[in-house]
Amino acid sequence: MIDEPAIRTRDLAKRYDSTVALAGLTMTIPRGAVFGFLGPNGAGKTTAVKLLLGLARPTSGEAEVLGVPIGDRASRRRVGYLPELFRYQPWLTAREVLALHCELAGIDRAAWPREIADALATVGLAERGATRVGTFSKGMQQRLGLGVALLGDPELVLLDEPTSALDPVGRHDVREITRALRDRGVTVFLNSHLLAEVEQVCDRVAIVDRGRVIADGTLEELLRGETVRVRVTDLSADGRAAIARFGDVAEEGGWLTVRGIDAPAVPDLVAALVRAGGRVHAVETAHESLEDRFLRLLGGAS
Amino acid sequence: MTPTLVIARLTVQELLRRRLFLVLVALTLVVMALVTWGFARLPTLGDGGRELGRTEVVAVASQLLILVGFMFSFTLAFSAVFAGAPSLSGDVESGTALAILARPISRAEFVLGKWLGIVATILVYALPTTALQLLLVDVVVSYVPPRPLEFVAFVAAEAVVILTLALALSTRLAGMVGGVVALVLWGVGWIGGIVGGVGLAFDNPTVTHVGTATRLILPTDGMWRGAVWALEPAAILETMRQAGRAAAANPFFAPDPPPAPYLAWTAGWVAVVLGAAIWSFSRREI
Repeated sequence: MIDEPAIRTRDLAKRYDSTVALAGLTMTIPRGAVFGFLGPNGAGKTTAVKLLLGLARPTSGEAEVLGVPIGDRASRRRVGYLPELFRYQPWLTAREVLALHCELAGIDRAAWPREIADALATVGLAERGATRVGTFSKGMQQRLGLGVALLGDPELVLLDEPTSALDPVGRHDVREITRALRDRGVTVFLNSHLLAEVEQVCDRVAIVDRGRVIADGTLEELLRGETVRVRVTDLSADGRAAIARFGDVAEEGGWLTVRGIDAPAVPDLVAALVRAGGRVHAVETAHESLEDRFLRLLGGAS
Repeated sequence: MTPTLVIARLTVQELLRRRLFLVLVALTLVVMALVTWGFARLPTLGDGGRELGRTEVVAVASQLLILVGFMFSFTLAFSAVFAGAPSLSGDVESGTALAILARPISRAEFVLGKWLGIVATILVYALPTTALQLLLVDVVVSYVPPRPLEFVAFVAAEAVVILTLALALSTRLAGMVGGVVALVLWGVGWIGGIVGGVGLAFDNPTVTHVGTATRLILPTDGMWRGAVWALEPAAILETMRQAGRAAAANPFFAPDPPPAPYLAWTAGWVAVVLGAAIWSFSRREI
Protein backbone atom coordinates (compact mmCIF):
# COMPACT_ATOMS: atom_id res chain seq x y z
CA MET A 1 0.00 0.00 0.00
CA ILE A 2 2.81 2.38 0.89
CA ASP A 3 3.96 2.33 -2.74
CA GLU A 4 0.63 3.75 -3.85
CA PRO A 5 0.79 7.44 -4.71
CA ALA A 6 -0.92 9.78 -2.25
CA ILE A 7 -3.41 10.86 -4.90
CA ARG A 8 -4.12 9.50 -8.34
CA THR A 9 -6.90 10.79 -10.57
CA ARG A 10 -7.98 9.75 -14.05
CA ASP A 11 -10.19 12.05 -16.11
CA LEU A 12 -11.89 13.22 -12.95
CA ALA A 13 -14.66 15.57 -14.01
CA LYS A 14 -17.47 17.46 -12.35
CA ARG A 15 -20.29 19.35 -14.02
CA TYR A 16 -23.02 21.30 -12.26
CA ASP A 17 -25.83 21.48 -14.84
CA SER A 18 -24.17 23.31 -17.72
CA THR A 19 -21.18 24.60 -15.70
CA VAL A 20 -17.98 22.62 -15.94
CA ALA A 21 -16.30 22.82 -12.53
CA LEU A 22 -13.57 20.34 -13.33
CA ALA A 23 -12.84 18.99 -16.80
CA GLY A 24 -10.97 15.71 -16.80
CA LEU A 25 -8.28 16.05 -14.15
CA THR A 26 -5.56 13.44 -14.53
CA MET A 27 -2.65 13.62 -12.11
CA THR A 28 -0.50 11.57 -9.79
CA ILE A 29 0.90 13.04 -6.61
CA PRO A 30 3.67 10.95 -5.06
CA ARG A 31 3.85 10.44 -1.34
CA GLY A 32 5.83 12.98 0.59
CA ALA A 33 5.39 15.79 -1.93
CA VAL A 34 4.15 19.25 -1.14
CA PHE A 35 1.84 19.79 -4.07
CA GLY A 36 0.54 23.22 -5.02
CA PHE A 37 -2.77 23.34 -6.84
CA LEU A 38 -2.85 26.82 -8.29
CA GLY A 39 -5.49 28.70 -10.11
CA PRO A 40 -7.63 31.82 -10.17
CA ASN A 41 -10.90 31.97 -8.26
CA GLY A 42 -13.46 29.61 -9.75
CA ALA A 43 -10.85 27.48 -11.53
CA GLY A 44 -12.08 24.25 -9.91
CA LYS A 45 -9.58 23.90 -7.07
CA THR A 46 -12.10 23.47 -4.25
CA THR A 47 -14.21 21.16 -6.42
CA ALA A 48 -11.17 18.91 -6.89
CA VAL A 49 -10.60 18.69 -3.13
CA LYS A 50 -14.27 17.99 -2.43
CA LEU A 51 -14.24 15.18 -4.99
CA LEU A 52 -11.14 13.68 -3.40
CA LEU A 53 -12.85 13.70 0.02
CA GLY A 54 -16.16 12.30 -1.20
CA LEU A 55 -17.97 15.52 -0.27
CA ALA A 56 -19.09 15.84 -3.88
CA ARG A 57 -19.48 13.07 -6.44
CA PRO A 58 -17.66 13.11 -9.77
CA THR A 59 -19.69 13.28 -12.97
CA SER A 60 -17.14 10.97 -14.56
CA GLY A 61 -13.64 9.67 -14.05
CA GLU A 62 -12.08 8.01 -11.04
CA ALA A 63 -9.56 8.68 -8.33
CA GLU A 64 -7.80 7.04 -5.43
CA VAL A 65 -6.63 8.65 -2.23
CA LEU A 66 -3.88 6.71 -0.41
CA GLY A 67 -4.68 3.77 -2.69
CA VAL A 68 -8.39 3.64 -1.83
CA PRO A 69 -11.12 4.73 -4.29
CA ILE A 70 -12.69 8.08 -3.39
CA GLY A 71 -16.09 7.89 -1.77
CA ASP A 72 -14.97 4.86 0.27
CA ARG A 73 -14.75 5.88 3.91
CA ALA A 74 -11.39 4.12 4.26
CA SER A 75 -9.93 6.69 1.85
CA ARG A 76 -10.51 9.35 4.52
CA ARG A 77 -8.98 7.42 7.40
CA ARG A 78 -5.51 8.97 7.28
CA VAL A 79 -6.41 12.31 5.78
CA GLY A 80 -6.46 15.76 7.38
CA TYR A 81 -8.51 18.52 5.80
CA LEU A 82 -8.78 22.26 6.27
CA PRO A 83 -11.80 23.44 4.23
CA GLU A 84 -11.85 26.75 2.43
CA LEU A 85 -15.06 27.45 4.34
CA PHE A 86 -13.65 26.72 7.79
CA ARG A 87 -16.38 26.68 10.41
CA TYR A 88 -16.33 24.69 13.61
CA GLN A 89 -19.09 24.19 16.17
CA PRO A 90 -19.33 27.63 17.83
CA TRP A 91 -20.81 26.17 21.02
CA LEU A 92 -17.76 23.96 21.64
CA THR A 93 -14.40 25.01 23.01
CA ALA A 94 -11.32 24.63 20.81
CA ARG A 95 -10.25 21.61 22.84
CA GLU A 96 -13.69 20.00 22.47
CA VAL A 97 -13.58 20.50 18.69
CA LEU A 98 -10.20 18.76 18.57
CA ALA A 99 -11.47 15.96 20.83
CA LEU A 100 -14.48 15.50 18.55
CA HIS A 101 -12.18 15.08 15.55
CA CYS A 102 -9.87 12.75 17.48
CA GLU A 103 -12.90 10.56 18.12
CA LEU A 104 -14.21 10.71 14.54
CA ALA A 105 -10.72 9.99 13.20
CA GLY A 106 -10.57 6.90 15.39
CA ILE A 107 -7.53 8.02 17.35
CA ASP A 108 -6.81 5.95 20.46
CA ARG A 109 -8.35 7.78 23.42
CA ALA A 110 -5.14 7.56 25.45
CA ALA A 111 -3.40 9.66 22.80
CA TRP A 112 -6.00 12.44 22.76
CA PRO A 113 -4.47 14.74 25.40
CA ARG A 114 -1.11 14.73 23.64
CA GLU A 115 -2.66 15.07 20.16
CA ILE A 116 -4.83 18.00 21.30
CA ALA A 117 -2.01 19.76 23.16
CA ASP A 118 0.33 19.32 20.17
CA ALA A 119 -2.24 20.62 17.70
CA LEU A 120 -3.06 23.67 19.85
CA ALA A 121 0.64 24.46 20.33
CA THR A 122 1.50 23.98 16.65
CA VAL A 123 -1.16 26.43 15.46
CA GLY A 124 -0.51 28.95 18.25
CA LEU A 125 -3.72 28.42 20.22
CA ALA A 126 -2.18 26.82 23.32
CA GLU A 127 -3.67 29.52 25.56
CA ARG A 128 -7.12 29.36 23.96
CA GLY A 129 -8.00 25.68 24.32
CA ALA A 130 -10.80 26.37 26.81
CA THR A 131 -12.33 29.24 24.80
CA ARG A 132 -15.55 28.74 22.89
CA VAL A 133 -15.00 28.73 19.14
CA GLY A 134 -17.91 31.15 18.69
CA THR A 135 -15.78 33.93 20.18
CA PHE A 136 -12.81 33.23 17.86
CA SER A 137 -11.76 35.64 15.12
CA LYS A 138 -11.68 34.29 11.58
CA GLY A 139 -7.93 33.91 11.77
CA MET A 140 -8.17 31.91 15.00
CA GLN A 141 -10.85 29.68 13.47
CA GLN A 142 -8.57 29.03 10.52
CA ARG A 143 -5.73 28.19 12.89
CA LEU A 144 -8.05 25.81 14.73
CA GLY A 145 -9.01 24.23 11.40
CA LEU A 146 -5.36 23.71 10.64
CA GLY A 147 -4.95 22.05 14.05
CA VAL A 148 -7.90 19.77 13.26
CA ALA A 149 -6.24 18.79 9.95
CA LEU A 150 -3.01 17.85 11.75
CA LEU A 151 -4.58 15.42 14.27
CA GLY A 152 -3.58 11.79 14.33
CA ASP A 153 -0.48 11.70 12.12
CA PRO A 154 -2.28 11.95 8.79
CA GLU A 155 -0.53 10.61 5.68
CA LEU A 156 -2.14 13.26 3.52
CA VAL A 157 -3.16 16.79 4.46
CA LEU A 158 -5.43 18.79 2.16
CA LEU A 159 -5.29 22.52 2.80
CA ASP A 160 -7.79 24.63 0.87
CA GLU A 161 -6.64 28.27 0.82
CA PRO A 162 -5.09 27.81 4.28
CA THR A 163 -4.00 31.41 4.78
CA SER A 164 -7.06 33.27 3.50
CA ALA A 165 -7.85 34.72 6.94
CA LEU A 166 -4.34 34.90 8.34
CA ASP A 167 -2.06 37.87 8.96
CA PRO A 168 1.62 37.77 7.83
CA VAL A 169 2.63 35.97 11.05
CA GLY A 170 -0.06 33.37 10.44
CA ARG A 171 1.08 32.90 6.84
CA HIS A 172 4.61 32.37 8.03
CA ASP A 173 3.36 29.81 10.56
CA VAL A 174 1.51 27.92 7.83
CA ARG A 175 4.70 27.75 5.75
CA GLU A 176 6.61 26.41 8.75
CA ILE A 177 3.89 23.84 9.47
CA THR A 178 3.89 22.75 5.83
CA ARG A 179 7.67 22.31 5.84
CA ALA A 180 7.48 20.35 9.10
CA LEU A 181 4.89 18.06 7.53
CA ARG A 182 7.14 17.51 4.52
CA ASP A 183 10.05 16.69 6.82
CA ARG A 184 7.87 13.99 8.40
CA GLY A 185 7.07 12.56 4.98
CA VAL A 186 3.45 13.74 4.99
CA THR A 187 1.98 14.57 1.58
CA VAL A 188 0.51 18.07 1.48
CA PHE A 189 -2.04 19.14 -1.13
CA LEU A 190 -2.15 22.93 -1.03
CA ASN A 191 -4.91 24.77 -2.85
CA SER A 192 -4.09 28.40 -3.34
CA HIS A 193 -4.30 31.41 -5.56
CA LEU A 194 -1.45 33.02 -3.60
CA LEU A 195 1.52 32.32 -5.82
CA ALA A 196 4.24 33.48 -3.49
CA GLU A 197 2.94 31.09 -0.86
CA VAL A 198 3.06 28.16 -3.24
CA GLU A 199 6.44 29.13 -4.63
CA GLN A 200 7.96 29.11 -1.16
CA VAL A 201 6.82 25.70 0.00
CA CYS A 202 5.76 23.50 -2.91
CA ASP A 203 7.89 20.90 -4.72
CA ARG A 204 5.36 20.32 -7.45
CA VAL A 205 2.71 22.53 -8.93
CA ALA A 206 -0.29 22.19 -11.19
CA ILE A 207 -1.89 25.28 -12.62
CA VAL A 208 -5.58 24.94 -13.22
CA ASP A 209 -7.88 27.28 -15.07
CA ARG A 210 -11.56 26.85 -15.92
CA GLY A 211 -11.55 23.25 -14.79
CA ARG A 212 -8.43 22.22 -16.74
CA VAL A 213 -4.81 21.73 -15.79
CA ILE A 214 -2.88 24.03 -18.10
CA ALA A 215 0.61 23.30 -16.75
CA ASP A 216 2.17 21.01 -14.19
CA GLY A 217 5.50 19.79 -13.02
CA THR A 218 8.19 20.65 -10.51
CA LEU A 219 8.83 24.32 -9.89
CA GLU A 220 12.15 24.01 -11.76
CA GLU A 221 10.40 22.56 -14.77
CA LEU A 222 7.74 25.24 -14.75
CA LEU A 223 10.08 28.14 -14.19
CA ARG A 224 12.81 27.02 -16.56
CA GLY A 225 14.14 29.90 -18.61
CA GLU A 226 14.92 33.51 -17.89
CA THR A 227 13.21 36.72 -18.60
CA VAL A 228 15.35 39.29 -20.39
CA ARG A 229 14.48 42.94 -20.75
CA VAL A 230 16.38 44.86 -23.42
CA ARG A 231 16.19 48.59 -24.11
CA VAL A 232 16.72 48.83 -27.81
CA THR A 233 16.12 51.52 -30.45
CA ASP A 234 16.22 51.60 -34.28
CA LEU A 235 15.12 47.99 -34.51
CA SER A 236 13.52 47.09 -37.83
CA ALA A 237 10.39 44.97 -38.13
CA ASP A 238 12.49 42.20 -39.67
CA GLY A 239 14.84 42.36 -36.70
CA ARG A 240 11.93 42.01 -34.34
CA ALA A 241 10.74 38.95 -36.23
CA ALA A 242 14.24 37.48 -36.11
CA ILE A 243 14.32 37.32 -32.31
CA ALA A 244 10.97 35.53 -31.93
CA ARG A 245 12.86 32.21 -31.84
CA PHE A 246 14.41 33.14 -28.45
CA GLY A 247 11.10 33.17 -26.56
CA ASP A 248 7.88 35.10 -26.05
CA VAL A 249 8.55 38.69 -27.11
CA ALA A 250 6.66 41.71 -25.88
CA GLU A 251 7.40 45.38 -26.43
CA GLU A 252 6.55 48.23 -24.16
CA GLY A 253 7.94 51.78 -23.96
CA GLY A 254 11.19 51.10 -25.79
CA TRP A 255 11.82 47.88 -23.82
CA LEU A 256 11.62 44.44 -25.32
CA THR A 257 10.77 41.65 -22.92
CA VAL A 258 11.74 38.12 -23.92
CA ARG A 259 10.36 35.41 -21.63
CA GLY A 260 11.38 31.79 -21.42
CA ILE A 261 14.83 32.26 -22.93
CA ASP A 262 17.62 29.87 -21.95
CA ALA A 263 20.32 31.71 -19.98
CA PRO A 264 23.25 30.81 -22.35
CA ALA A 265 21.30 32.26 -25.27
CA VAL A 266 21.19 35.80 -23.90
CA PRO A 267 24.42 36.97 -25.70
CA ASP A 268 23.06 35.45 -28.92
CA LEU A 269 19.87 37.46 -28.49
CA VAL A 270 21.86 40.68 -28.07
CA ALA A 271 24.00 39.80 -31.12
CA ALA A 272 20.88 39.14 -33.18
CA LEU A 273 19.45 42.51 -32.16
CA VAL A 274 22.67 44.31 -33.17
CA ARG A 275 22.82 42.44 -36.46
CA ALA A 276 19.31 43.62 -37.21
CA GLY A 277 20.45 47.24 -36.82
CA GLY A 278 19.20 47.69 -33.26
CA ARG A 279 21.09 49.95 -30.83
CA VAL A 280 21.18 48.18 -27.45
CA HIS A 281 21.20 50.52 -24.43
CA ALA A 282 20.56 48.11 -21.55
CA VAL A 283 20.07 44.39 -20.86
CA GLU A 284 18.48 43.06 -17.67
CA THR A 285 17.97 39.40 -16.92
CA ALA A 286 15.74 37.96 -14.21
CA HIS A 287 14.36 34.59 -13.18
CA GLU A 288 10.76 34.31 -14.17
CA SER A 289 8.62 34.31 -11.06
CA LEU A 290 5.76 31.89 -10.66
CA GLU A 291 3.45 34.88 -10.89
CA ASP A 292 4.84 35.84 -14.32
CA ARG A 293 4.54 32.27 -15.50
CA PHE A 294 1.04 31.98 -14.08
CA LEU A 295 -0.17 35.19 -15.71
CA ARG A 296 1.45 34.23 -18.98
CA LEU A 297 -0.26 30.84 -18.90
CA LEU A 298 -3.63 32.29 -18.04
CA GLY A 299 -3.17 34.98 -20.68
CA GLY A 300 -2.32 32.32 -23.23
CA ALA A 301 -5.32 30.26 -22.21
CA SER A 302 -7.81 33.05 -22.73
CA MET B 1 -18.12 5.24 20.54
CA THR B 2 -19.47 4.66 17.04
CA PRO B 3 -19.63 7.68 14.70
CA THR B 4 -23.45 7.62 14.96
CA LEU B 5 -23.33 7.99 18.73
CA VAL B 6 -20.63 10.67 18.50
CA ILE B 7 -22.90 12.74 16.24
CA ALA B 8 -25.90 12.04 18.50
CA ARG B 9 -23.96 13.27 21.52
CA LEU B 10 -22.79 16.32 19.59
CA THR B 11 -26.39 17.08 18.59
CA VAL B 12 -27.64 16.82 22.19
CA GLN B 13 -24.76 19.05 23.28
CA GLU B 14 -25.66 21.60 20.62
CA LEU B 15 -29.34 21.69 21.53
CA LEU B 16 -28.65 21.93 25.26
CA ARG B 17 -26.00 24.62 24.91
CA ARG B 18 -28.04 26.79 22.60
CA ARG B 19 -30.49 29.26 24.08
CA LEU B 20 -33.55 27.65 22.46
CA PHE B 21 -33.59 24.82 24.97
CA LEU B 22 -33.07 27.07 28.00
CA VAL B 23 -35.78 29.46 26.84
CA LEU B 24 -38.13 26.54 26.21
CA VAL B 25 -37.52 25.10 29.69
CA ALA B 26 -37.90 28.51 31.36
CA LEU B 27 -41.16 29.27 29.53
CA THR B 28 -42.46 25.77 30.25
CA LEU B 29 -41.86 26.30 33.97
CA VAL B 30 -43.74 29.61 33.86
CA VAL B 31 -46.66 28.03 31.99
CA MET B 32 -46.69 25.09 34.39
CA ALA B 33 -46.86 27.47 37.36
CA LEU B 34 -49.83 29.29 35.76
CA VAL B 35 -51.59 26.03 34.89
CA THR B 36 -51.11 24.70 38.40
CA TRP B 37 -52.48 27.94 39.87
CA GLY B 38 -55.50 27.63 37.57
CA PHE B 39 -56.12 24.02 38.61
CA ALA B 40 -55.81 24.98 42.28
CA ARG B 41 -58.61 27.54 41.76
CA LEU B 42 -60.91 24.94 40.13
CA PRO B 43 -62.87 23.75 43.20
CA THR B 44 -63.86 27.36 44.05
CA LEU B 45 -65.32 28.17 40.63
CA GLY B 46 -68.94 27.13 41.29
CA ASP B 47 -71.86 29.59 40.97
CA GLY B 48 -71.85 32.15 43.79
CA GLY B 49 -68.66 30.79 45.28
CA ARG B 50 -70.13 27.31 45.77
CA GLU B 51 -67.48 24.59 46.12
CA LEU B 52 -67.59 22.17 43.19
CA GLY B 53 -68.29 18.54 43.97
CA ARG B 54 -65.70 15.84 43.38
CA THR B 55 -67.34 14.60 40.14
CA GLU B 56 -67.49 18.10 38.72
CA VAL B 57 -63.84 18.76 39.60
CA VAL B 58 -62.74 15.55 37.90
CA ALA B 59 -64.86 16.29 34.82
CA VAL B 60 -63.52 19.81 34.43
CA ALA B 61 -59.92 18.89 35.41
CA SER B 62 -59.79 16.05 32.90
CA GLN B 63 -61.00 18.21 30.00
CA LEU B 64 -58.78 21.11 31.03
CA LEU B 65 -55.83 18.75 31.19
CA ILE B 66 -56.55 17.66 27.60
CA LEU B 67 -56.33 21.29 26.49
CA VAL B 68 -53.10 21.71 28.45
CA GLY B 69 -51.90 18.49 26.86
CA PHE B 70 -52.70 19.93 23.44
CA MET B 71 -50.68 23.05 24.20
CA PHE B 72 -47.90 20.80 25.36
CA SER B 73 -47.97 18.57 22.26
CA PHE B 74 -48.11 21.69 20.09
CA THR B 75 -45.02 23.16 21.81
CA LEU B 76 -43.22 19.85 21.54
CA ALA B 77 -44.06 19.45 17.84
CA PHE B 78 -42.91 23.01 17.12
CA SER B 79 -39.69 22.53 19.07
CA ALA B 80 -39.05 19.26 17.23
CA VAL B 81 -39.46 21.09 13.92
CA PHE B 82 -37.21 23.93 15.04
CA ALA B 83 -34.57 21.41 16.08
CA GLY B 84 -34.93 19.18 13.02
CA ALA B 85 -35.48 21.55 10.10
CA PRO B 86 -32.14 23.39 10.25
CA SER B 87 -30.04 20.49 11.57
CA LEU B 88 -28.61 19.13 8.30
CA SER B 89 -29.12 22.14 6.04
CA GLY B 90 -27.62 24.46 8.66
CA ASP B 91 -24.47 22.36 8.98
CA VAL B 92 -24.07 22.27 5.21
CA GLU B 93 -24.72 26.00 4.75
CA SER B 94 -22.43 27.10 7.59
CA GLY B 95 -19.65 24.73 6.53
CA THR B 96 -19.40 22.78 9.80
CA ALA B 97 -20.42 19.64 7.87
CA LEU B 98 -17.31 19.87 5.65
CA ALA B 99 -14.76 19.02 8.33
CA ILE B 100 -16.99 16.35 9.92
CA LEU B 101 -17.93 14.52 6.72
CA ALA B 102 -14.30 14.50 5.57
CA ARG B 103 -13.70 12.07 8.43
CA PRO B 104 -14.29 8.33 7.99
CA ILE B 105 -18.01 8.59 8.70
CA SER B 106 -20.85 7.70 6.33
CA ARG B 107 -23.71 10.03 5.51
CA ALA B 108 -26.11 7.45 6.98
CA GLU B 109 -24.26 7.55 10.30
CA PHE B 110 -24.37 11.34 10.25
CA VAL B 111 -28.14 11.52 9.59
CA LEU B 112 -28.93 8.75 12.10
CA GLY B 113 -26.77 10.45 14.73
CA LYS B 114 -28.61 13.75 14.22
CA TRP B 115 -31.98 12.00 14.47
CA LEU B 116 -31.03 10.09 17.61
CA GLY B 117 -29.65 13.23 19.23
CA ILE B 118 -32.81 15.25 18.62
CA VAL B 119 -35.04 12.36 19.74
CA ALA B 120 -33.00 12.08 22.94
CA THR B 121 -33.33 15.82 23.55
CA ILE B 122 -37.09 15.67 22.98
CA LEU B 123 -37.33 12.91 25.59
CA VAL B 124 -35.07 14.82 27.99
CA TYR B 125 -37.49 17.74 27.72
CA ALA B 126 -40.80 15.91 27.48
CA LEU B 127 -40.50 13.24 30.18
CA PRO B 128 -39.64 15.40 33.23
CA THR B 129 -41.88 18.32 32.28
CA THR B 130 -44.93 16.10 31.66
CA ALA B 131 -44.32 14.11 34.82
CA LEU B 132 -43.96 17.32 36.83
CA GLN B 133 -47.13 18.86 35.39
CA LEU B 134 -49.20 15.76 36.09
CA LEU B 135 -47.74 15.59 39.59
CA LEU B 136 -48.59 19.25 40.28
CA VAL B 137 -52.18 18.76 39.10
CA ASP B 138 -52.41 15.70 41.33
CA VAL B 139 -51.13 17.71 44.29
CA VAL B 140 -53.61 20.60 43.91
CA VAL B 141 -56.80 18.80 42.82
CA SER B 142 -55.95 15.14 43.53
CA TYR B 143 -56.57 14.16 39.93
CA VAL B 144 -54.39 11.78 37.93
CA PRO B 145 -55.40 10.99 34.34
CA PRO B 146 -56.02 7.29 33.72
CA ARG B 147 -53.00 6.55 31.49
CA PRO B 148 -50.20 9.08 32.12
CA LEU B 149 -47.45 6.90 30.62
CA GLU B 150 -49.37 6.34 27.41
CA PHE B 151 -50.03 10.07 27.22
CA VAL B 152 -46.30 10.86 27.35
CA ALA B 153 -45.53 8.09 24.86
CA PHE B 154 -48.11 9.35 22.32
CA VAL B 155 -47.06 13.00 22.66
CA ALA B 156 -43.39 12.03 22.27
CA ALA B 157 -44.28 9.81 19.28
CA GLU B 158 -46.06 12.76 17.64
CA ALA B 159 -42.91 14.85 18.12
CA VAL B 160 -40.72 12.07 16.68
CA VAL B 161 -42.96 11.80 13.61
CA ILE B 162 -42.82 15.54 12.85
CA LEU B 163 -39.09 15.67 13.69
CA THR B 164 -38.38 12.87 11.20
CA LEU B 165 -40.27 14.75 8.51
CA ALA B 166 -38.43 18.01 9.31
CA LEU B 167 -35.07 16.19 9.23
CA ALA B 168 -35.87 14.62 5.85
CA LEU B 169 -36.83 18.04 4.46
CA SER B 170 -33.62 19.45 5.90
CA THR B 171 -31.55 17.22 3.62
CA ARG B 172 -32.55 19.43 0.68
CA LEU B 173 -34.34 22.55 1.91
CA ALA B 174 -33.00 25.52 3.87
CA GLY B 175 -33.96 25.44 7.57
CA MET B 176 -36.63 28.11 7.32
CA VAL B 177 -38.30 26.57 4.26
CA GLY B 178 -38.25 23.03 5.65
CA GLY B 179 -39.57 24.27 9.00
CA VAL B 180 -42.50 26.10 7.42
CA VAL B 181 -43.34 23.10 5.21
CA ALA B 182 -43.26 20.71 8.20
CA LEU B 183 -45.46 22.99 10.32
CA VAL B 184 -47.99 23.52 7.54
CA LEU B 185 -48.17 19.75 7.03
CA TRP B 186 -48.60 19.28 10.77
CA GLY B 187 -51.53 21.75 10.65
CA VAL B 188 -52.98 20.02 7.60
CA GLY B 189 -52.74 16.69 9.45
CA TRP B 190 -54.63 18.14 12.41
CA ILE B 191 -57.37 19.67 10.27
CA GLY B 192 -57.47 16.46 8.21
CA GLY B 193 -58.24 14.57 11.43
CA ILE B 194 -61.10 16.95 12.20
CA VAL B 195 -62.41 16.69 8.63
CA GLY B 196 -62.38 12.91 8.95
CA GLY B 197 -64.30 13.22 12.23
CA VAL B 198 -66.88 15.48 10.61
CA GLY B 199 -67.26 12.91 7.84
CA LEU B 200 -67.84 10.23 10.48
CA ALA B 201 -70.37 12.42 12.32
CA PHE B 202 -72.38 13.03 9.16
CA ASP B 203 -71.83 9.51 7.86
CA ASN B 204 -70.10 10.77 4.72
CA PRO B 205 -67.57 8.14 3.53
CA THR B 206 -65.71 10.46 1.12
CA VAL B 207 -65.00 13.05 3.79
CA THR B 208 -64.14 10.30 6.27
CA HIS B 209 -61.59 8.90 3.81
CA VAL B 210 -59.93 12.32 3.56
CA GLY B 211 -59.32 12.17 7.31
CA THR B 212 -58.06 8.59 7.12
CA ALA B 213 -55.75 9.47 4.25
CA THR B 214 -54.18 12.44 6.08
CA ARG B 215 -53.65 10.28 9.17
CA LEU B 216 -51.84 7.73 7.06
CA ILE B 217 -49.77 10.27 5.12
CA LEU B 218 -48.70 12.11 8.27
CA PRO B 219 -49.43 10.22 11.51
CA THR B 220 -49.12 13.24 13.84
CA ASP B 221 -52.88 13.66 14.40
CA GLY B 222 -53.22 9.92 14.93
CA MET B 223 -50.68 10.12 17.74
CA TRP B 224 -52.43 13.17 19.19
CA ARG B 225 -55.71 11.21 19.31
CA GLY B 226 -53.84 8.53 21.24
CA ALA B 227 -52.68 11.17 23.72
CA VAL B 228 -56.24 12.47 24.13
CA TRP B 229 -57.56 8.97 24.71
CA ALA B 230 -54.91 8.43 27.40
CA LEU B 231 -56.20 11.50 29.28
CA GLU B 232 -59.96 10.75 29.11
CA PRO B 233 -61.40 9.38 32.35
CA ALA B 234 -63.63 6.32 32.00
CA ALA B 235 -66.80 8.23 32.95
CA ILE B 236 -66.33 10.75 30.16
CA LEU B 237 -65.47 8.04 27.64
CA GLU B 238 -68.73 6.33 28.54
CA THR B 239 -70.82 9.51 28.21
CA MET B 240 -69.24 10.47 24.94
CA ARG B 241 -69.61 7.00 23.50
CA GLN B 242 -73.32 7.32 24.13
CA ALA B 243 -73.27 10.52 22.10
CA GLY B 244 -72.32 8.23 19.24
CA ARG B 245 -70.73 9.42 16.03
CA ALA B 246 -71.38 13.12 16.77
CA ALA B 247 -68.43 13.16 19.18
CA ALA B 248 -66.02 12.06 16.49
CA ALA B 249 -65.67 15.57 15.06
CA ASN B 250 -64.25 16.92 18.34
CA PRO B 251 -60.46 17.18 17.96
CA PHE B 252 -60.07 17.01 21.73
CA PHE B 253 -61.84 13.71 22.12
CA ALA B 254 -60.91 10.15 21.21
CA PRO B 255 -63.05 7.20 22.29
CA ASP B 256 -60.44 4.53 21.54
CA PRO B 257 -56.69 4.17 21.40
CA PRO B 258 -55.11 3.99 17.94
CA PRO B 259 -55.31 0.33 16.81
CA ALA B 260 -52.14 -1.77 16.82
CA PRO B 261 -51.85 -1.85 12.99
CA TYR B 262 -51.90 1.94 13.00
CA LEU B 263 -49.09 2.03 15.59
CA ALA B 264 -47.12 -0.36 13.38
CA TRP B 265 -47.87 1.87 10.38
CA THR B 266 -46.55 4.88 12.32
CA ALA B 267 -43.35 3.06 13.28
CA GLY B 268 -42.91 1.97 9.66
CA TRP B 269 -43.60 5.54 8.49
CA VAL B 270 -40.80 6.88 10.71
CA ALA B 271 -38.41 4.19 9.45
CA VAL B 272 -39.23 4.86 5.79
CA VAL B 273 -39.00 8.66 6.07
CA LEU B 274 -35.73 8.34 7.99
CA GLY B 275 -34.47 6.01 5.25
CA ALA B 276 -35.51 8.57 2.65
CA ALA B 277 -33.61 11.25 4.59
CA ILE B 278 -30.47 9.09 4.56
CA TRP B 279 -30.87 8.37 0.86
CA SER B 280 -31.40 12.03 0.05
CA PHE B 281 -28.49 13.27 2.18
CA SER B 282 -26.15 10.60 0.79
CA ARG B 283 -26.68 12.13 -2.64
CA ARG B 284 -26.30 15.70 -1.48
CA GLU B 285 -23.20 17.58 -2.57
CA ILE B 286 -21.60 19.27 0.40
